[in-house]
Amino acid sequence: MAAEIGQFSLITSFLIAIVQATLPLYGAATNNARLMALARSAAIAQCLMVALAFVAITYCFVSSDFSVGIVAANSHSDKPLMYKIAGVWGNHEGSMLLWVLILALFGLAVALFGTNLPSALAARVLAIQGMIGTGFLAFIIFTSNPFMRLHPAPVDGNGLNPLLQDPGLASHPPFLYLGYVGFSMAFSFAVAALIEGKVDPAWARWVRPWTLLAWCFLTMGIMLGSLWAYYELGWGGWWFWDPVENASLMPWLAGTALVHSAIVVEKRDALKRWTILLAILTFSLSLVGTFLVRSGVITSVHSFATDPTRGVFILGLLIATTGGALTLYAIRAPSLKLGNLFSPVSRETSLILNNVFLVSLAGAVFVGTFYPLFVSAVSSDQISVGAPVYNFFFPPMMLVLMIIMGVGPFLSWKRGRIEDAWMQLRICAAIAAATGFTVLWLSWGRGSFAVPALAISAWLALSSLLVLARQLDVASGSPAKIAARAVGLPRATYGFVIAHIGIALVAAGIAGVSAWTTETVTKLNVGASTSVGSYDVKLVSVGKSNGPNFEALVATFDVTRHGQSVDTMIAEKRYYPFPGSETTEAAIRVRPLDVLYLTVGDQDMAGAWTVRMYAHPMVTWIWFGCLVMVVGGTISLTDRRLRVGAPRRARPVTPPLVPQAV
Amino acid sequence: MRKIAIAFITLVAFFPGISRAVEPEEMLGDPALEARAREITRELRCVVCQNQSIDDSNADLARDMRVLVRERLKKGDTNEQTLAYLVARYGNYVLLKPPLQLDTALLWFSPILFLGLGVLLLRGYFRTMRTAPASQTPLSQSEQDALEHIAEEG
Repeated sequence: MAAEIGQFSLITSFLIAIVQATLPLYGAATNNARLMALARSAAIAQCLMVALAFVAITYCFVSSDFSVGIVAANSHSDKPLMYKIAGVWGNHEGSMLLWVLILALFGLAVALFGTNLPSALAARVLAIQGMIGTGFLAFIIFTSNPFMRLHPAPVDGNGLNPLLQDPGLASHPPFLYLGYVGFSMAFSFAVAALIEGKVDPAWARWVRPWTLLAWCFLTMGIMLGSLWAYYELGWGGWWFWDPVENASLMPWLAGTALVHSAIVVEKRDALKRWTILLAILTFSLSLVGTFLVRSGVITSVHSFATDPTRGVFILGLLIATTGGALTLYAIRAPSLKLGNLFSPVSRETSLILNNVFLVSLAGAVFVGTFYPLFVSAVSSDQISVGAPVYNFFFPPMMLVLMIIMGVGPFLSWKRGRIEDAWMQLRICAAIAAATGFTVLWLSWGRGSFAVPALAISAWLALSSLLVLARQLDVASGSPAKIAARAVGLPRATYGFVIAHIGIALVAAGIAGVSAWTTETVTKLNVGASTSVGSYDVKLVSVGKSNGPNFEALVATFDVTRHGQSVDTMIAEKRYYPFPGSETTEAAIRVRPLDVLYLTVGDQDMAGAWTVRMYAHPMVTWIWFGCLVMVVGGTISLTDRRLRVGAPRRARPVTPPLVPQAV
Repeated sequence: MRKIAIAFITLVAFFPGISRAVEPEEMLGDPALEARAREITRELRCVVCQNQSIDDSNADLARDMRVLVRERLKKGDTNEQTLAYLVARYGNYVLLKPPLQLDTALLWFSPILFLGLGVLLLRGYFRTMRTAPASQTPLSQSEQDALEHIAEEG
């Protein structure tokens, strides 16, 4: 029953989406208020119907209705409730439904909170959202129907891949999709602006919070995926330059650029054409990501369904969306006025350089991801593009960008002076250089490539803090005055300072763990010890235990450091009878400066166990830094001027200098 | 044949999670030589896996390749000779870092090409701005009012 209700809701939502995509657009063109108003009701109705379909499939999973194909293929009656629910998006059909649900939720958000948008703009934005919805609902209904029944129904399900039975991974796809799909807002606003032929600071004020929100979700999603890979895959890797990871990194890079270029549109009414183009590119890259994961066109450790029809369908959607938007751009962009002028040394230029670097990085990652496909298409050669290629260009370009990030906030809008910035920043440069020399001295001969990375991270963190110190004028005034200034400072300022410090932490963490990881792979008998990094590790015992839906081999280790006992750690190897596979549960001891990571493998004929041990310095900084970025983004979102859907409240009481949007 | 390959790849696809990579018995006694072996195996692709180096992979073929690398090193091959030996057997496909040649030039130069393009566009932008008429759009009535409002207050 639930499956039929779901199927019905899905088809209804598809029909509503078609209405939402067409009539309001016609209404906006003919200035018909009733047709424009239809967009809101359609968005709400579409969201309700998609939500109902999603609830229906979730109910099928929770109630273990194995007559539904994807439930039988991906769930099992023994599975804990949480993973029955997470199983909904642990497969192709369900995850596409989640994708569309999130799209509909963003549409709902515009319908509910965007009441102060000019009605033509709201109608157009929602119509574009409706078009994307129509495309993806058609994709689900015609190629990936989650409600397909099996006959006869199996007695029990196949179970979910145990690797995916993990809280980190259960929440990874929703966050990632909130990010990917969130960029559709920027896209819809960009296309609506092209139709209207008008981009102004008010437009940027509407777009920026949505983009920032999507960016926060995407950052969080990528971070969760990386964290999960680290603790679950059993060898301490946190980024593999896998095509599907690249698929999430590309929209992140473009989205980060977009968040920054929108600032220039908002504050300076410049860079409008570029920002529109970037909004289109960012969402297109999100679609490329969806295409990569869903089509299986590129081999990746993440491959899900590899069904050519699906790949072709998504490719079609991608071409229609991107191609359509770019064509519109080519026609309309020249009519957008060139914005305000600025000199080559200015805050604007630093933000443009940020865009140049981020987009170049996204472009280079794109080229790397698709290059093997390209080469095999144009020649008989087959090549691989792996981590060494990305490591060749990504870190150096990122470091140069981080230097610019430190300088940018110290340049004035319109016309800055590099000498003024230098006068303020030289103290940061000095401390950063001192950091570099200290690191060089402490790590002499080992991983000296971390030296510039740590020095530049220090530079970025310090210069960001200096922005705060300057704004609060810490050097003068009583603590009470400083506190008063601190309260008055815009949240957006705190947000960007915190987010930039987050980047510095991520970069430092990556440098540290790449340069100074130590690893021991050996065989240990029970009672024997070995060492890794500054730790001595003794294998105390190996036993067996049973979990709710798995059997586990449990190895206990005693860890000492400089002769002092520091911890007892337990590593597991689990066997899941359904669907019959193994996972490694590493023993992980987390400290701010390093992580000790132990795993147990097989036993040999002589009774010795294979153990893998890693000491990973600073690795936690990577994920902590991502969290700091998300916190920064969130604080920025609470800024009055940026509040999602409520930008009008932020208008100054005095007549504004900025021309009012219609 | 292609179908078998795909089936095999999907099969292996579920295994990266429990990858155990290099096993103790494979490792060389000489730490310097072993370190070189690790360095090389990190740059070689496991040809039956999806985007994993043979150092990370637990596939049988990856193991064979690891052993092969170590054998070459023991025979006194340099790192380059070892890599060349594997390329001769498996093709450029095994190199995670493809050599710079005609058909990979675009790959290797793409970062610098993108950056260069960005800088050129930026230069063009500044040039347009310099030649653009200095006078901006005249202030609208509301802007004019706002300006006067501020002037009066100030």
